[in-house]
Amino acid sequence: MGIDLPLIWAVIILFGIMMYVVMDGFDLGIGILFPFLPAKEDRDVLMNTVAPVWDGNETWLVLGGAGLLAAFPLAYAVILSAFYLPLILMLIGLVFRGVAFEFRFKARAGRRRWWDHAFIGGSVTAAFFQGVTLGAFLNGMPVADGNYAGGPFDWVSPFSLFTGVALVAAYALLGATWLVMKTEGRLQVRMRSLARPLAWLMLAVIVAISIWTPLAHEAIARRWFSFPNLLWFAPVPTLVALVTWRLLRDLRGDGHASPFVLTLALLFLGYTGLGISLWPNVVPPGITIWQAAGPPQSLGFALVGALLIIPVILMYTAWSYWVFRGKVRHGDGYH
Amino acid sequence: MDALLLARIQFGFTISFHILFPALTIGLASYLAVLEGLWLRTGRKVYIDLYQFWIKVFAVAFGMGVVSGLVMAYQFGTNWSNFSRFAGGVTGPLLAYEVLTAFFLEAGFLGVMLFGRERVGPALHFVSTLAVAAGTLISATWILASNSWMQTPQGHEIIDGRVVPVDWLKVIFNPSFPYRLVHTVTAAYLATALMVGGVGAWHLLRGNDNTRVRTMLSMALWMLLAAAPLQAVIGDQHGLNTLEHQPAKLAAIEGHWERTPEGEGVPLILFGWPDMAAEVTRYAVEIPRAGSLLLAHSWDGQIPALKDFAPEDRPNSTIVFWTFRAMVGLGVLMIALAFWGLWLRRGGRLYARKNFLRFAVAMSPAGLVAILAGWYTTEIGRQPWIVYGLMRTADAVSPQHSTGQVGFTLGLFVVVYLVVFGAGTAYGLRLIAKGPAGDEADRPAWGGPGETRTPMRPLSAAPEDDDAGAANGRAETVKEGDRDGH
Repeated sequence: MGIDLPLIWAVIILFGIMMYVVMDGFDLGIGILFPFLPAKEDRDVLMNTVAPVWDGNETWLVLGGAGLLAAFPLAYAVILSAFYLPLILMLIGLVFRGVAFEFRFKARAGRRRWWDHAFIGGSVTAAFFQGVTLGAFLNGMPVADGNYAGGPFDWVSPFSLFTGVALVAAYALLGATWLVMKTEGRLQVRMRSLARPLAWLMLAVIVAISIWTPLAHEAIARRWFSFPNLLWFAPVPTLVALVTWRLLRDLRGDGHASPFVLTLALLFLGYTGLGISLWPNVVPPGITIWQAAGPPQSLGFALVGALLIIPVILMYTAWSYWVFRGKVRHGDGYH
Repeated sequence: MDALLLARIQFGFTISFHILFPALTIGLASYLAVLEGLWLRTGRKVYIDLYQFWIKVFAVAFGMGVVSGLVMAYQFGTNWSNFSRFAGGVTGPLLAYEVLTAFFLEAGFLGVMLFGRERVGPALHFVSTLAVAAGTLISATWILASNSWMQTPQGHEIIDGRVVPVDWLKVIFNPSFPYRLVHTVTAAYLATALMVGGVGAWHLLRGNDNTRVRTMLSMALWMLLAAAPLQAVIGDQHGLNTLEHQPAKLAAIEGHWERTPEGEGVPLILFGWPDMAAEVTRYAVEIPRAGSLLLAHSWDGQIPALKDFAPEDRPNSTIVFWTFRAMVGLGVLMIALAFWGLWLRRGGRLYARKNFLRFAVAMSPAGLVAILAGWYTTEIGRQPWIVYGLMRTADAVSPQHSTGQVGFTLGLFVVVYLVVFGAGTAYGLRLIAKGPAGDEADRPAWGGPGETRTPMRPLSAAPEDDDAGAANGRAETVKEGDRDGH
C-alpha cells in the first residue's frame, strides 16, 4: 500500500488544531476582553454571542488529543509528560471558563461577579498556557528510550513565556473582531476601538516571534534561510503586512465581518509558518511523524472514520453557525 | 506515598466526578427527547413545560460533563504515558471515534437545542434533541468498548512491546462489551428516573401539586418499573460474564477464599469482612449453596477462589466486596420502589402517600451512588491489571513524574473540582427546587386523594430576588436599546 498514513494523520491533526485555534480562539478572546466591559448587560451579550457554539469549538481540542493518541501514541505520551504542568493548568482554566457559561446566569447577583472572574481567569490562563506549550514545543524536548527525559519545569523559558503572552494577545484580537461582527451600536464601537491597538500588538508579536524563532532555534533558521525555501517564505511577511494594513483600515471604517476574516488570515499565516518550521517532526527536535506513528492497523481504522465523518461535522457545524447568524442583542439567550 | 498511588488517586478522583455527569446527561437527553416527541404528538402543554424545566438541569450537567471529560482525555497522557504508548493503538482510535461520532454531534446540536427554539422550526428542533440524545448513547458505546477491551482484551497482537490491533470487530465486540454497555446505559436511565421521580415526589410533599409534577413522578416510575427489574437480569448476566473472563474479580466480589470440595456447593456470603492479609473473610454471614445457585446456576457448581491466584494478582476484596453489595442493595431498593409505586397507582394513591413520596425522595441520589459503587467494583476488581492480563497498573504510570508533581496537581484538582462541581450541584438543586413553570390555569390539581393537604405557597412563586432583578435589568436594557434606535 502506497498510502502514507502518518502523513495524512499529521495533516488531519494540524487541521484539527488549526480549527481549534481559530474557533476557540475567539471565544477565549471574549473572556480576555471581559475586564474592558464591566457592565453586566454587555457581558451577557458577549457570552451569548458564543454560548451556542463554544462547546463545539472546544471539541476540536479533544479531537487533537484523541487524534494524537490514535495516530502518534509515542508523541502523545512524550508531549503530555513534558508539558504536564502547563497542560493541566490550561485544563483547569478551561474547566472554570466552561462552567461559567451556565453558572453565571444561574448565580445570585453577588455571586455572579465571582463567575465573571472565573471566566476571565480561566480564559486568560487557558490561552496563556496554550501559548506557553506552543513555545516550549518549538524549543523541543529531550527524549530517551521513548520517554520524556527532561525535568518538570523545562517548559519555562523566556521564549515560551513570550509566546504565552502572544497567544493571549492574538485571541483578544480575534475576540474583539468577532464581536465587531456580532454586536452593534455602542458595544460595536467599543470593540472597534479595542481592536485597533490589539491589531498593532498582534503585528508586533508576529514580528518579534519571526525574529526570535530563527535566532533561538538553529535548525529552524537553517530551514527558513536555505534555498529554495526562502522563495516560499518570502511572500509571508508581505502578506502579513498587507493583511494588517487592511485590518487597521477596516477597523476605522465600517466593515462588520471583514476584520474578523482578516484576523483569521493573520492567524492562519502565523500557523502555517509554524507548521513549516517544524515539519516533519512531531516531537522536536528529533522525532518525525513516521517514527512516532502507531501501528498502521490503528491509523487505517481511525482514518476511515475521520475522512467520512469530518466533512459531515463541518457541515452541521456550519449549519449551527448559520442558525445563530446575525447580531446578538441585549436580552437574547435562553436563560 | 509514591507517584503511582497518587496518580491512581487522581484518576479515581477525577473520574468519580466525571462519570456522574455523563450518566445524568445520557438519561436526561433521552428523557427530553421523549418529552418533546410527546409534545409534538399530543400537543399537551405539560410535556413542553417539563422539557423547558429539565433542559436547564441538563445544561448544567452537560457543562460539567464536558469540562471534566476534557480533563480525562488528557489524563491518559499526563499520568499514564506508558499505558498510552503501550495500548494507544487500540484506545486511541476508539477515543477518536468517540470524538468524531459523538462529541461533535452533541456539541453541534446542543446549541440549537438550548438556544434555537425561536430560530428553527419544531421539527428541526426535535431533530437536534434527538441528535444530542443519540450523541450521548454513541459516546457511551465507544468509551465502553474501550474500557471493556481493557477488561477483556482480544483481537490484538503484541509486537515490539505494544498492542497492535488485528481484528477491529473482535476488539470492539470483546466478550464483556455488550454486557457492560447495556448495564451502564440502563444504570444511567435508572439514575435519571430516580432523580426525576424524587424531584416530583419532593414537590408533592411540599404541596406543590400540579399536572407537571405528577406527570414527572408518573413517567419516572414507569421507567423505573421497566428498567430496575431488567437491570437485575442484566447484572446477573454481566456477573456470569465476569466469572468466565475475570475470575479473580468475581472471587474478590464474593469474598471467596478457598475452593469448596466437589459436590458441596459454594455458599453465598451476604456480609463479612474480607481480610487480605489473613486470607479469610471474617464475620461471614452465609447462605449455603446460594453462591453456586447464583453464579453457576446449579446446586453444586464451583466458582474460582481467591487462593487460586497468586497474592500479587488478587484484587482488593475488602473494597469490592462492599462496593458490590452497596450497588446490589440499592438495586433491590429501586425494584421495591418501582413495585410499591405500581401498587399505589390503583386508586390514584401514588401522589398522596407520604411515606412513599419520602422513600422516593430518599432514593433520588441512589442511582448515582449505585453507579459509583458499580464502577469501583469493576475497576478496582480488575486490579492489579490496567489491561487485563497484559499490563499491570504499576507499569502504566508515567515514569518521569515525581511525587511532588503528581501530588501538586492532585491537590489542585481536588480544590478546583470541589469548588466548581460544588457550585454546579448547588445551582442544579436550586433549579430543581424552583420546579417546572407553567400556566397558572392548569395548576394545581387539587382534589383526589391528596385533598386534605393544606394549600401551601407554591415554590414557583417564592421570591427570587436575583432572577427577578435580572429579568428587570434585561427588560430595561432592551428598552434602552430601542431608544438608541437599533
